[in-house]
Amino acid sequence: MDELVNIFVRSIFIDNMVFAYFLGMCSYLAVSRTVKTSIGLGFAVIFVLGITVPINFLLENFVLGRGALAWLGPQFAAVDLSFLTFIMFIAIIAAMVQLVEMIIEKFSPTLYSSLGIFLPLIAVNCAILGGSLFMQERNFANLAEATSFGLGSGVGWFLAIVGIAAIREKIRYSAVPAPLRGLGITFIITGLMGIAFMSFMGIEL
Amino acid sequence: MSENNNQTQPEALFSARNKKLLTNPLGKDNPINVQVLGICSVLAITVQLRTSLVMAISVVAVMGLANVIISILRKTIPPRIRIIVQLTVIASLVILVDQVLKAFVYDISRQLSVFVGLIITNCIIMGRLEAFALKNKVWPSFLDGIGNAAGYGWVLLTVGFFRELLGSGTLMGHQVIPDFMYEMGYENNGFMILPPMALITVGVIIWVQRHRDRSLVDVS
Repeated sequence: MDELVNIFVRSIFIDNMVFAYFLGMCSYLAVSRTVKTSIGLGFAVIFVLGITVPINFLLENFVLGRGALAWLGPQFAAVDLSFLTFIMFIAIIAAMVQLVEMIIEKFSPTLYSSLGIFLPLIAVNCAILGGSLFMQERNFANLAEATSFGLGSGVGWFLAIVGIAAIREKIRYSAVPAPLRGLGITFIITGLMGIAFMSFMGIEL
Repeated sequence: MSENNNQTQPEALFSARNKKLLTNPLGKDNPINVQVLGICSVLAITVQLRTSLVMAISVVAVMGLANVIISILRKTIPPRIRIIVQLTVIASLVILVDQVLKAFVYDISRQLSVFVGLIITNCIIMGRLEAFALKNKVWPSFLDGIGNAAGYGWVLLTVGFFRELLGSGTLMGHQVIPDFMYEMGYENNGFMILPPMALITVGVIIWVQRHRDRSLVDVS
């Protein structure tokens, strides 16, 4: 249990998707103009990461990795499909995003109308594929750890986008030099937020 | 760019318009500084110039080829499933690049770690396929792909150049700051190696570019 909490907190603060790895920057910059929309996108990302990372974990451990097909029979034990990783992960992500979209549309039209436009965008959000690829690189021991990593990364991304959206709403009233307005100042603020987040680095759980 | 469609006259390989396709993304239409695409997988690998260079070349290769393939297939792809077709084409090309990197420059491929894979979700590639290759002929699409990837590449190289020079005092792994500077008390700025400085460096590049070209200034 300790290990799960540890992974969760680490992936929110220390290995934050945006500040430490710059993942999901495109939608992070494009959708962070108002707090309201960024909360919608943030929840959608938590949701999709929480689903796709565990699924890709199963895929990695039972289909793609070296010797992962051993459960089919001893003659498959030497098969190594890891070169197919990228294409399988992205297919799972695109399919899951579609599926999630359909399920939400069916069962919660209100949530669908608030997330609606963001869900398709998420298929090409690098934070999602990045989450799966980091999961693969870090060799988590079991499904629970992978899930907690997925959810934690999602929450970290959520915090980052809501934070920058709030700052951008306020900064509209400041006298920023003209060439720096908009994109430039957003980059610099993100850098400063990243430096602030680095202060979590020493935390040992 | 939509006027390209009803072109009937065959045109020279490097006509004025084609040249524009190649050069616009370097400055006015730069994918990173102006269109804000494809920042995702980029900034983490700009600590050194060498990794930036390998990444830039990989993106040029993937993007040029992906634009050509999608442009050849543009009449046969059903619009409803085009995103998955595009992702499949890009993912296959990225797998090729990844295997090549693993075979020939293994240590750099280790440093790039997941970021080679993340070329797949690099929004520049998807964006250009959607906006250009689906509607245009093969040759202009190829130029457009190369141009945009090069626009992306120079920003990457600039960021990599400054971060490696100021952060480690080296370029491409060779020491460029002479020893007597260190003896006089010069110190490398360890801050430049940390991830947040990549963002601030890009912010400054945008500032300089918009200062020189006022038409890009964000008025909103």
